[in-house]
Amino acid sequence: MLRRTFLGLLGAAGASAALPKSAKAGGHEFQPHPDTHGVLFDATRCIGCRRCEKACNEVNDLPAPDKPFDDLSVLEQERRTTEKAYTVVNKYAGKGGPVFRKTQCNHCLEPACASACFVRAFKKLPNGAVVYDASVCVGCRYCMVACPFGIPAYEYDEPITPRVMKCTMCAPRLAEGKLPGCVEICPKEALVYGPREELIKVARERIRRFPERYLDHVYGEKEMGGTSWLYISGEPFSNIGLREDLGTKSAPELTAGALAAVPMVVGLWPVVLGGIWAVTQRNAKIANQERVMAVKDALTKAGSEAEKKLADELSKAEVANKRRIEVEVKKAVEEALSAKDDDAENNEEES
Amino acid sequence: MSVDNAAPKKSFFTPFNLIATMILIAGVVVSVMRFTGGLGAVTNLDQNNPWGIWIGFDLLCGVALAAGGYTTSAACYIFGLKKFHAGVRPAILTAFLGYALVVFALGYDVGRPWRLPYPIFVQQGTTSLLFEVGLCVMLYLTVLFIEFSPAALEWLGMRKIRNIVVKMTLALTIFGVVLSTLHQSSLGALFTIAPSKLHPLWYSQYLPLFFFVSSICAGMSMVIFEGTLSHKPMHHLMDAEYLDNHDGLILGFGKATSIVLFGYFAIKVIGLAYDNNWHYLTTGYGAWFMVEMLGFVALPSFLYAIGVRDRNITLIKWAAGLTVLGIVVNRFNISMVAFNYHLPAALRYFPSWGEITISLFVVTIGVVVFRFITTRMPIFFEHPDYKDEH
Ligand code: SF4
Ligand code: SF4
Repeated sequence: MLRRTFLGLLGAAGASAALPKSAKAGGHEFQPHPDTHGVLFDATRCIGCRRCEKACNEVNDLPAPDKPFDDLSVLEQERRTTEKAYTVVNKYAGKGGPVFRKTQCNHCLEPACASACFVRAFKKLPNGAVVYDASVCVGCRYCMVACPFGIPAYEYDEPITPRVMKCTMCAPRLAEGKLPGCVEICPKEALVYGPREELIKVARERIRRFPERYLDHVYGEKEMGGTSWLYISGEPFSNIGLREDLGTKSAPELTAGALAAVPMVVGLWPVVLGGIWAVTQRNAKIANQERVMAVKDALTKAGSEAEKKLADELSKAEVANKRRIEVEVKKAVEEALSAKDDDAENNEEES
Repeated sequence: MSVDNAAPKKSFFTPFNLIATMILIAGVVVSVMRFTGGLGAVTNLDQNNPWGIWIGFDLLCGVALAAGGYTTSAACYIFGLKKFHAGVRPAILTAFLGYALVVFALGYDVGRPWRLPYPIFVQQGTTSLLFEVGLCVMLYLTVLFIEFSPAALEWLGMRKIRNIVVKMTLALTIFGVVLSTLHQSSLGALFTIAPSKLHPLWYSQYLPLFFFVSSICAGMSMVIFEGTLSHKPMHHLMDAEYLDNHDGLILGFGKATSIVLFGYFAIKVIGLAYDNNWHYLTTGYGAWFMVEMLGFVALPSFLYAIGVRDRNITLIKWAAGLTVLGIVVNRFNISMVAFNYHLPAALRYFPSWGEITISLFVVTIGVVVFRFITTRMPIFFEHPDYKDEH
């Protein structure tokens, strides 16, 4: 009984087949939702005005920033997303002057955070957004370790109810039919929201029409198995803070091997170990039997030896006895003879 | 065995007690800060470095160093090496305490510790390797508790239950090895999700295998190392069987560790070759990688081999200490030194005093409880009522 529940639980740890369809982030044949949406960011259009930051702050009810959003001096230092800012715009040095790039959750098609979370606090919605449910989060921060873009942030100063915070692609607004806050406010149309397939077409079209303006690459189409946010730029992506060494494998693919090994270990190990045990057990038994036999042998050997010894002793004793009798007889004869001699002497004296 | 009453009353103010008390008080202070001010109040963790020394040391090293439990009981009960019998109880006790403390320490690191059962009982994230770690650690902790219980039951004089538990030894041992294989390797597999963050010299698809094999070395070395540590203070508690077998155990584990360490070195080189990472060896990280591989893997393997050949127990003990240190170096490298290697120095993590205090606090609790138990229960000796009953 113990064994059965135990194996069952372990099986659950490895078998993605047992998963409900919606949580199939771990399978390696993941198919993106057909009408998944996303946002296309065009670095050649962004002017670094930080209005998207402001809109994000407002629609998500985030705390006020240290410096106001129209203070552009903050651009001098590269920033990252935090629990108080789901998106930030950074300035980079480009060939022909400064280039700006907006950072936020990329809403991966197969999110690393979702596949890493051991309570399934993250979910990829059909509309493309990756959302988080604080009501189950344990706060282990493995999602932060896993995210290749370093997006999720944590409320480190919250003692009782810390949450993981990140851009939600404005999922609540999307549900109401509105645009994400940042997209809506962007004055330069550097951000476009739409079905991901369409966005890729738009991006390709822009690259085709202005080949001297853009690099021939849509960042996010393939990176980490694809993301819902896409980027086009005239600067190499690594120059504007987007890593180009991430590869095209999605996070679940990276861990699939380790997960697949689990049922094998559960299935094979007890057999192997049981086998080893049986062999050592048998060895021990044989060794034991051999010992018993050896003792028996020794005993019988000892027994026959003892008999022989006894016989020897007996025969020896017999010999000794015989000799003693012989001696006695001899003695008696001698005495008898000497007595006769004495008689004769006496007779002679008497006569 | 009322060792306590028999021993002459010693003063409480021994150096050990003084230092332990100081650490415990400091630990309580930091605990209060942690649970009133949040993680930010006592740690150097930040948005780029979500895991620090509490994961790197308390979890990764803690679990690896507690591997003595499954290695020793497997050697004794599955591989039938009876000379390890006397070493099983100390190893199981250490492992049980080790895992219990790992869970205790996790209570500091995770944001909402009372939710730690959630992944198992509320919503299962089965695609997560952390889920596997959690499940296995929970089950293994239970197994260790049962495996350890005969000592406590003998102490309490509950013969019937004790005998039932002893009958389950083989099954428990096999469960224990299965669970250990899984979670020891999953701890390495945790990092396979982040190839972009871990330096290529340490990242490998074989990380689960590396962690599993090195845990065997860690476990056996820890048994030797800890046997040495407890030898002096606990000597009066050790019975003839334990003492007689002690050197045999050290030689046996010494030989095994030498071989497994050599194998570990080999698979690490294979991993390096498979990913064709040779060119990194000439960098700064490469130099550090070489220090780890040569100084903490090849060297102890070699020392172990010589020690066993010459039956030089002292040398073997040094090799064990070096291996234990090597495991710590390796786990630190993966979770901290080589993690986030691409970030500028200013954004890198270094543990705060508060974090170090809690780690020391946890270790101290472990030592104190270990002393409490071993001076009362039949760990280093066989209970007189149960001699030859196994
Ligand atoms: S960018 Fe990071 S946080 Fe966003 S979906 Fe991908 S893995 Fe998750
Ligand atoms: S911190 Fe929360 S959301 Fe992130 S992996 Fe852990 S439980 Fe999941």
